[in-house]
Amino acid sequence: MNTLNALRYYFKSFMLWELLLGMRLTGRYLFSKKITVQFPEERTPQSPRFRGLHALRRYPNGEERCIACKLCEAVCPALAITIESEPRADGTRRTTRYDIDLFKCIFCGFCEEACPVDSIVETRVFDYHFEKRGEQIMTKEKLLAHGDRCEAQIAADRAADAAYR
Amino acid sequence: METLLTVILILLKIVVLLVPLLVGVAYLTFAERKIIGYMQVRLGPNRVGPKGWLQPIADAVKLMFKEIIIPSRANRFLFVLAPMLSFGPAIAAWAVIPFGDGMMISHLDAGLLYLLALTSLGVYGVIIAGWASNSKYAFLGAMRSAAQIVAYEIAMGFALVGVLMAAGSLNLNQIVQAQQGSLLHWFWLPLLPLFVVYFISGVAETNRAPFDVAEGESEIVAGFHVEYSGMAFAVFFLAEYANMILVAALAATLFLGGWLSPFEGIPVLGELFAWVPGALWLVLKIAFMLLFFLWFRATFPRYRYDQIMRLGWKVFIPVTLVWLLVVGLGVLAHVGPWFD
Repeated sequence: MNTLNALRYYFKSFMLWELLLGMRLTGRYLFSKKITVQFPEERTPQSPRFRGLHALRRYPNGEERCIACKLCEAVCPALAITIESEPRADGTRRTTRYDIDLFKCIFCGFCEEACPVDSIVETRVFDYHFEKRGEQIMTKEKLLAHGDRCEAQIAADRAADAAYR
Repeated sequence: METLLTVILILLKIVVLLVPLLVGVAYLTFAERKIIGYMQVRLGPNRVGPKGWLQPIADAVKLMFKEIIIPSRANRFLFVLAPMLSFGPAIAAWAVIPFGDGMMISHLDAGLLYLLALTSLGVYGVIIAGWASNSKYAFLGAMRSAAQIVAYEIAMGFALVGVLMAAGSLNLNQIVQAQQGSLLHWFWLPLLPLFVVYFISGVAETNRAPFDVAEGESEIVAGFHVEYSGMAFAVFFLAEYANMILVAALAATLFLGGWLSPFEGIPVLGELFAWVPGALWLVLKIAFMLLFFLWFRATFPRYRYDQIMRLGWKVFIPVTLVWLLVVGLGVLAHVGPWFD
């Protein structure tokens, strides 16, 4: 019996049987439907919890939400956030500087979770680029501008996720 | 005057052959990326030009504008010579391939011998590149490639001896004519083991997957051509693909009836396709064989080095020897439609 098996094994490998089976498999895949997503035109679906580029939000009356509590700066594991603050003329405390270094940021989302006023958020935008040194610093102006641009989407995502928080 | 005309005529023939060949090489890289992509359920390159059809041209332009870096401790002369040495034979071998009855650049009576000589020359390019680079990875790749090509050269030579015995000629034109009759008269049928051995040896000769240990990007970076960049690298790349096309063309000529129509000898279909030029059949057969090169690469993992050596020395050479004996007996006994 053993010699028979050995013979069968030698015959099979001599006839390249397993190799032909492998080629049949790849040959079948040649004609199967392709699953490539054509990126700029097509996009894969995203979760409302997607953590992409940061933004600072405003209240509906146009006042910025951030109260310079620095919880995000404290919780940031990559030390990517730098905040400086001063009291404003009306007595409220606001940031004079709010920088996020995107080279340091690991997109963990802790800043978003730490924020007591839902000011700093991460949006669905993930395809951005820098052309010069220094552009990787998201300044307060850039963050607020990005928040204004995406406010509808940000609000919708928070609403969709509110039940689980 | 007479000689001048002949020289111009020959140069013209060379241009007519080389231009489509180089375009073929360029588009073989495209076909490879597309077909392997499709086998991996991806789309492959599809951005440059309509459906990606300008991709090879974009690649060529990119390589042309890149800097050729010569390592400071390298042997400059050999370093520059090596790519040419591997590309030259791959192109020169085409002189004896017949594209139709008598349609070849050189009517060499010892065509098969010439081919064997030239295909063996290609290995010098690889070895010299590895040596001249003065890099351990390149040198390792060159040594691997040398041992492998020498081993498979023998099996390949024996397979071609079988063709020579069956056809009774070294002239490729006459070898194709000896296969006249029908699809079943072609040499692939009586010489099937030799055909398989020849083609697998051809894959090994051209350092293609699954025999690409000379490049072995996962263990020795890129093997013999690590130190090459820009156009010097591109010439190695061209040589590899030109060699693939050459091996496919030889398989088509020696075993698949060269320019002969596959419908020859079939009552209705034969006349229906009689108008198709022989060169087109040859190109189709070459494309068919090239598909297997790509298919192998998409399917098989790389062989271990000792397995390559075992396959070459302990399997292929005995198999070809035994089948040479069978062919010899067949020729002596004038068997069937092939050896009469």
